Amino acid sequence: MSARGTLKQKVGRFLVALPPYGWLVVFFLLPFLIVLKISLSELQAAIPPYKAIFAWAEDGILQLRLNFGNYSYLFSDELYALAYLNSLKVAAISTALTLLIGYPMAYTIARSPARYRNPLLMLVVLPFWTSLLIRVYSWMGILKNEGLLNSFLMWLGIIDSPIQIMETNTAVYIGIVYSYLPYMILPLYATLEKMDLTLLEAAADLGCPPFKAFLKITLPLSMPGVIAGTLLVFIPAVGEFVIPDLLGGPDTLMIGKVIWAEFFDNRDWPVASAVAVAILILLVVPIMLYQRNESRAEAK
Amino acid sequence: MGKKWAVFGFMAAALALSAPLAGQAAEEKVLNVYNWSDYIAPDTIEKFTKATGIKVNYDVYDSNETLFAKLQAGQSGYDLVFPSATPFLAQGIKAGIFKTLDRSKITRWSSLDPTMLKAMEIADPGNSHGVPYMVAATGIGYNIDKIKKILGADAKPDSWSLIFDPAVVAKLKECGVSLLDTPTEVFPAALIYAGKKGDSIDKADINAAADQVLKIRPFIKYFHSSKYINDLANGDTCVAHGYVGDLVQARTRANEANKGVHIAIYIPKEGAVLNIDAAAVPADAPHPENAQAFIDFLLQPDIIAAVTNNVGFANAVMPAKALVKKDLQTDPAIYPPADMQAKEFELPLVTPDYERLRTRAWTKVKTGL
Repeated sequence: MSARGTLKQKVGRFLVALPPYGWLVVFFLLPFLIVLKISLSELQAAIPPYKAIFAWAEDGILQLRLNFGNYSYLFSDELYALAYLNSLKVAAISTALTLLIGYPMAYTIARSPARYRNPLLMLVVLPFWTSLLIRVYSWMGILKNEGLLNSFLMWLGIIDSPIQIMETNTAVYIGIVYSYLPYMILPLYATLEKMDLTLLEAAADLGCPPFKAFLKITLPLSMPGVIAGTLLVFIPAVGEFVIPDLLGGPDTLMIGKVIWAEFFDNRDWPVASAVAVAILILLVVPIMLYQRNESRAEAK
Repeated sequence: MGKKWAVFGFMAAALALSAPLAGQAAEEKVLNVYNWSDYIAPDTIEKFTKATGIKVNYDVYDSNETLFAKLQAGQSGYDLVFPSATPFLAQGIKAGIFKTLDRSKITRWSSLDPTMLKAMEIADPGNSHGVPYMVAATGIGYNIDKIKKILGADAKPDSWSLIFDPAVVAKLKECGVSLLDTPTEVFPAALIYAGKKGDSIDKADINAAADQVLKIRPFIKYFHSSKYINDLANGDTCVAHGYVGDLVQARTRANEANKGVHIAIYIPKEGAVLNIDAAAVPADAPHPENAQAFIDFLLQPDIIAAVTNNVGFANAVMPAKALVKKDLQTDPAIYPPADMQAKEFELPLVTPDYERLRTRAWTKVKTGL
């Protein structure tokens, strides 16, 4: 009886796990393997614009031709490393700003009366109901020299001539912080809301001032949310293409733009794929840190 | 069990249905066109459908690069596309992306301007894959009043110095100068300004061109290949390097808005890049016959003249010129006189290595890296 139960449980578990794994295999692993394959092939002028890496030679021998030249090429020009470092810098600054803005917001929502929390969270998520592209275009309307912000400041008499915000890194930071803010607020809210408030009462009873209690109790207890939010913002921000392309200037060089130039300007799919695989490998490190953090939290 | 067989049955039925379609002699009455944005008259498609009964699905793109990436992936589903003759049509022909046209289906071939056909032969020897659609040089458009205010009342720009002379461009920085966001247009212009050959394929000239652009880089407001149309028309910028047809659209919009922005357009006297956008049929087009019927339709003088009137680009159909609006017909930027025409040149065909160096130099110009 019990043996049958376990078998049933095992089958059940397997079936439950199947759809997410199947999803990942079809929509993540397979596309990645295709990109990896292209990154190891040679450029040619044809449809598709790269040579096959497998070929049947005579006598039924399967030949495998791998071209690692696309990867070694990435080291021959400092452009790729610099673009990657610049992407990390933009992502790091945006993530820090998102945390600084998101934390007080999440804190306020978590500490407001229970009946306001869900409507407030709803407001955080609401912008997602509009396409990202439309939201970024609205920022163009706000930030440009003849835009809302500059006209307003000039109307107030604070400035005489428009401040150049569009086509600078400042605009990119504004765009990224705005677009990714919900990803920071939601995990922070989840941890802050679960926090045991009696701990703060105990601290107050023992004479700890509120700010010190925040630093000693609230902040350390919300660290899982801080880490989750930081990774959720940082990782996609590194590979961000749309926001820097629309809001940034010509000198905003991020890795997404480099891939675009390889793919469209040079029409070199193999090198473009090699850059994409290289970022993925470089991003795996923070993703694995995140995973480790998650499993550690679960163990607790 | 039953479900599984139902799925197989469905797939078999789908296969059975698709097989005879592929082998059919007469094409279904559908045509999938992929053209540049703002590059046709509003009633062209309607008239074609009325004349032939063929339903047209019309999609637009904004760069040769986007078009080419789709075609290179294969199975784009498009029947008719409009790549620039050099380098895109030429490269596509080499890569086997385009079909050889059936000249017997294009009955109006003889009305095409032989000088244009000859010019296209550098991309398409024998004119076997492409038909010239729209033609324009790359020139400069400027805001007449602002330029007079900054450079003096008798200023009458006619040279590349308006965008390449650091002393001049520095003065124009405040009112806004934009360049096209592609090295294939900016580098040849920089080379002719520097007294070199615009269509040079010498690798050393890439750096010479980049250095020339770097001198004026600090004074450039932005690099973009379509935004300048609106900005110049609104008075947000005062000088734009752009395709003449697009500059004509900016001038028209400025006149229509009637807000005191007056735009002048010229092809610099040193010479300029000539762009011919060709109609071509992808090798894997599902409806090549309909595509050729559409090309033939486009060569009707009244049809193509209506396109020119709408988009401001010249066409290569000789009897159509007389039907074009008088102000466009006599505009030397759209229909340049013979001595100017002689100075226009097409972009040379280059190797992938050369392209890589050029893209790299362009990244350096834009980012400083």
